[in-house]
Amino acid sequence: MRRFPLIVFLALGAVFYGVAAQAQDHRLLNVSFDPTRELYKEANTAFAASWKQQTGKDVRVTTSNGGSGKQSRAVQDGLEADVVTLALAWDIDVLADRGLLAKDWQSRLPDHSTPYTSTVVFLVRKGNPKQIHDWPDLVREGVQVITPNPKSSGGARWNFLAAWGWALRQPGGNTDKARAYVTQLYLHVPVLDAGARGATNTFVQRGIGDVLIAWESEALQSQQELGKDKFDIVVPSLSILAEPPVAVVDKVADKHGTRQLAEAYLKFLYTPEGQDLVARHFYRPRLPAVTEKYAAQFAPVKTFTLAEAFGDWRQAQATYFADGGVYDQISEAGH
Amino acid sequence: MRNRAMPGFGLSLGITLAWLGGIVLLPLSALAWKAGSVGASTWWAQIGSRRVLYALQLSFGGALVAAAIDVLLGLLLAWVLVRYRFPLRRVCDALVDLPFALPTAVAGIALTALYAPNGWIGRLLQPLGVQVAYTRLGVLLAMVFVGLPFVVRTLQPVLESLEHEVEEAARTLGASRWQNFRRVLLPMLMPTLLTGFALALARAVGEYGSVIYISGNLPMRTEIVPLLIVQKIDAGGDTGPAAVLGAVMLAASLLVLLTVSLLQRWNRRWMEVG
Repeated sequence: MRRFPLIVFLALGAVFYGVAAQAQDHRLLNVSFDPTRELYKEANTAFAASWKQQTGKDVRVTTSNGGSGKQSRAVQDGLEADVVTLALAWDIDVLADRGLLAKDWQSRLPDHSTPYTSTVVFLVRKGNPKQIHDWPDLVREGVQVITPNPKSSGGARWNFLAAWGWALRQPGGNTDKARAYVTQLYLHVPVLDAGARGATNTFVQRGIGDVLIAWESEALQSQQELGKDKFDIVVPSLSILAEPPVAVVDKVADKHGTRQLAEAYLKFLYTPEGQDLVARHFYRPRLPAVTEKYAAQFAPVKTFTLAEAFGDWRQAQATYFADGGVYDQISEAGH
Repeated sequence: MRNRAMPGFGLSLGITLAWLGGIVLLPLSALAWKAGSVGASTWWAQIGSRRVLYALQLSFGGALVAAAIDVLLGLLLAWVLVRYRFPLRRVCDALVDLPFALPTAVAGIALTALYAPNGWIGRLLQPLGVQVAYTRLGVLLAMVFVGLPFVVRTLQPVLESLEHEVEEAARTLGASRWQNFRRVLLPMLMPTLLTGFALALARAVGEYGSVIYISGNLPMRTEIVPLLIVQKIDAGGDTGPAAVLGAVMLAASLLVLLTVSLLQRWNRRWMEVG
């Protein structure tokens, strides 16, 4: 008699597990990075509606958000993501190295698999009291800079490379000068958060720092949420074009039988409807027509791409962010 | 073994061993195996790095200081809760457990919000030139916070079971209050205090969630080892360097716990002789 409840529990558990496994047939898991929370929440619903209209079938897309590197690690360790939408190509390259998807994944979708872009800008306190207009102002005495840790935040790696690339492209710029500038820059950082959202909170809620180096999408969203009377956005003279990539995880999609669905989901992001969504969530769209429509939202910025300045993400990662790489070296310097 | 209180010795021992093996031993041996397979150069690169050495110093130094503070504070708290009767004593008693139950990230964010330069407490401290959040002081505060209940909860039952007669006897023999505490109570509490210290220390060394929010995580200043490990994992690629740091922490923690248990044994022997 006493054993009865245990058996009942086990049986119920088995039933629930079975139901959950069954229901997965028309499910898609999108493992994404941190600041796409709002974008994909809306995109998932919009895609489900369009899929229903086209095929008459119901689909439920769920998105998991977290630091890009952490999310990539989770997928490597067995989190069954049908698609990944991460901050930078390296985090998907690692998955390809593990055989989870084809090595040439980046050539499978238009614009090397980056349906939306952003760029790195400065968020400053209203009225710009410290007169921050460009990269050199960040290393002036008395200026405190907030940016997350490039080791744990994908977004912060773009920030790092934006600063490096700017210094490199100054008259007489070279690697030594870029290194000196970036070393100085990180000595002006009083709090190094693990992720982009953490850094935004430190700047906005805790009131720490004079300038937040942020993605334009994050900066615009903070401004919208908190009111334009609190913060100004400053566009530097030169910045990087941040290109966060998307990909179907072949192995998982084939196992779940969701390849077609997963591909349609990612292609949806390139459609006029998807691009409109992207722009409404402050990412820069790829479609010229949509770009034009939202022209007022995005200030003109002169940008360079990662490919122009650093080759590809594999090289950039190995040089700057791998264990013992440039970032590790400069974070020991100056102490 | 003749008087077993619980039936099914074989079964319960089997479950115990399987449980310990699967939950504790297996992951730890996987860690040791990974750390052992990376080669001497990786080991040297990790342990020889100034940044790692600094983080180790902060993690263990901070935890030692935090555990010491916890012992002092915990003794006071436990004493008050056991010996005095006052309104809301039960509530206070329950509050002690909060750091156990609260997700550490919540604690970290709450502490940061309070102690940041624009927080309720931080605002008052700033004119005095004291900054807690985003400094080593903040790391210490978080470590003290998570370790405190361990000391209080180990001390409480012992304090409750102390016999008043012993103290009364000491008083009648002319011991002052201080002598009573120093010569009578403290020796009796010593083993428990050491246990509490060891538990608080172990907790503080491994603490991640609350510390990373309040510390500011600056390399060479406020970066703890667990955070370094997470960063090395998040950067993608090989987990070898992270495993090395994990193994170093494991070895250091074992050493510390061993020292505490040796101290305890020594203390017990000393008590028996004395």
